Amino acid sequence: MNNAYMPFLSRIQKVIRHTAIEYTFRMHYVGEVKPGQFFEVSVPKYGEAPISVSGIGDDYVDLTIRKVGKVTNEIFENQEGKSLFMRGPYGNGFLPENYQGKELVVVAGGTGVSPVKGIIDYFGNHPEEVRSLTVIAGFKSPKDVLFKEDIKRWENQKMNLTITVDAAEEPGWNVGLVTKYIPDITFEDKENAAVIVVGPPVMMKFAVAEFKKLDIEDSQIWISQERKMCCGLGKCGHCRMGDTYICLDGPVFNYTEGKKLLD
Amino acid sequence: MGNLWNEEALSRLLENLKKDYDVFAPRLYAGTGCYSDTDIVRYGIIESFDEIVWDEKSDYSFKEALLPVSDTIMYFTESSVKIPEEKRKRLVFLRACDLNALKRLDEIYLHNGPEDFYYKNIRENAKFILMGCSQSFKSCFCVSMGTNQAENYDGYAHPAKEGLYLELKDEVLSSYAEGISVPRDSQEIQYVKENEEAVPIPETLPENIASHEIWKEYSGRCIGCGRCNFVCPTCTCFTMQDIFYRDNEKAGERRRVWASCQVDGYSDIAGGISFRKDQGERMRFKVLHKIQNYKNRFGYPMCVGCGRCENVCPEYISYIECLNKLSAIGGKIHE
Repeated sequence: MNNAYMPFLSRIQKVIRHTAIEYTFRMHYVGEVKPGQFFEVSVPKYGEAPISVSGIGDDYVDLTIRKVGKVTNEIFENQEGKSLFMRGPYGNGFLPENYQGKELVVVAGGTGVSPVKGIIDYFGNHPEEVRSLTVIAGFKSPKDVLFKEDIKRWENQKMNLTITVDAAEEPGWNVGLVTKYIPDITFEDKENAAVIVVGPPVMMKFAVAEFKKLDIEDSQIWISQERKMCCGLGKCGHCRMGDTYICLDGPVFNYTEGKKLLD
Repeated sequence: MGNLWNEEALSRLLENLKKDYDVFAPRLYAGTGCYSDTDIVRYGIIESFDEIVWDEKSDYSFKEALLPVSDTIMYFTESSVKIPEEKRKRLVFLRACDLNALKRLDEIYLHNGPEDFYYKNIRENAKFILMGCSQSFKSCFCVSMGTNQAENYDGYAHPAKEGLYLELKDEVLSSYAEGISVPRDSQEIQYVKENEEAVPIPETLPENIASHEIWKEYSGRCIGCGRCNFVCPTCTCFTMQDIFYRDNEKAGERRRVWASCQVDGYSDIAGGISFRKDQGERMRFKVLHKIQNYKNRFGYPMCVGCGRCENVCPEYISYIECLNKLSAIGGKIHE
């Protein structure tokens, strides 16, 4: 019988350092993965942590990890060539077909950029598949900006890209919350708009409220819920919100469902 | 059709069973209660059928016979991961409410998402003997929940004047009784037809029930000890926990440990965010799961009306009273 808790060893192909405490670990993985899905990454004897897929390649997945606890501290002790235990992928993820042919807007905050990065990458590389692509990504300060290399690439691709920080000491940055930029978005055909919002709970709430002011329907909005996921298998119960197990039914929800989810 | 077993016959039966089975039943743990000089009735392996407690409701449910409080699921050495050796088969004596709860455990561990390797192994090798209920106990409301009777048991038992009345329906179990001479008899299955408390089950709750003021009361009263979750036969939450051995840090294990949605830390995620910090919100999360959320997902209520959470609360918070209040708001299915 298959033991879904049993992790497999995956080699670290590359470590990309974004900030002092946020690295992307490029892990060897061959198999189907969707943006917004997650893996349980573990260091035996220390524990497991759910980590969103932030990039997908033919033989790898990128896992962007913030060093904030016992498990992630141990993960950061590992470099290229070493291996980590993983199991997954889990969750439903973002499906590109929901956004094809649309005027797509992606709003993400902080580590919330990770789950949507695969979607930005995909439509950045396939601009003909969307009517337009607008990306607003917010970070706390210039030193907290993630995915700087990717941002450089996105700047040269066909998308309206806004990188903003909550506060900056040095000039040359857009300063303000992501919500500040939403009222300025113009749609050729509002009914053909699709919106993805991912970030901390407060940010998602206010970003969605801004889109509602623009008369965007709930059914045109997608969110991703970050919750404590111990097992990823619908067993441990920690991620449940009402009738819904985030690890099985989510973490990505159309807002018609997403708005009913209560902590 | 069953048999009447005297002490000598029962001890031979248990000897036979013990070759292959750990026999779990509610038994008395004298002096181990939370307060001084108090006893606990909970599940453990019995060495004699005399040890089974029939005249009280067990304080804790049968679930620890299948899902230990702390369960090692992997052993780590420097370079390898090993899963524990298969556990012994188990025979579990349980009442109708708990046997109905078994269906809820199966729902989560076998049907909600992929099958759980560890639970399935134990479950496939477990047999269940339904314990007759000659009376309803304090705060029992199985009749209201429709869990006073049960199906799919491998045997049935209740104490009779002449010994233990036991029906072994399962062929495998019957084989352990071969060669032991016991008089045949036929007695009715004992089950509770009426409880002291008839509890209304709320039927349709308003959409905003989660933000209703009835939860506020619990913010101040509940101390978040989690005892209600740990005695509940249908609570299945666990947390993954890794440890290493103090005398050899290169070796360790991964466990799953019972978790409580009422205790701090249950919903904490990276970055210092936690949900439901208020005990009132946690009470709402638990109670609505038992009577609404689970039912929406699986088609029948989670709560089996055993009343243990009612009995165990150190703050005398009444789950039954909460259901009464909810029914007053949302109408009731039955009383």
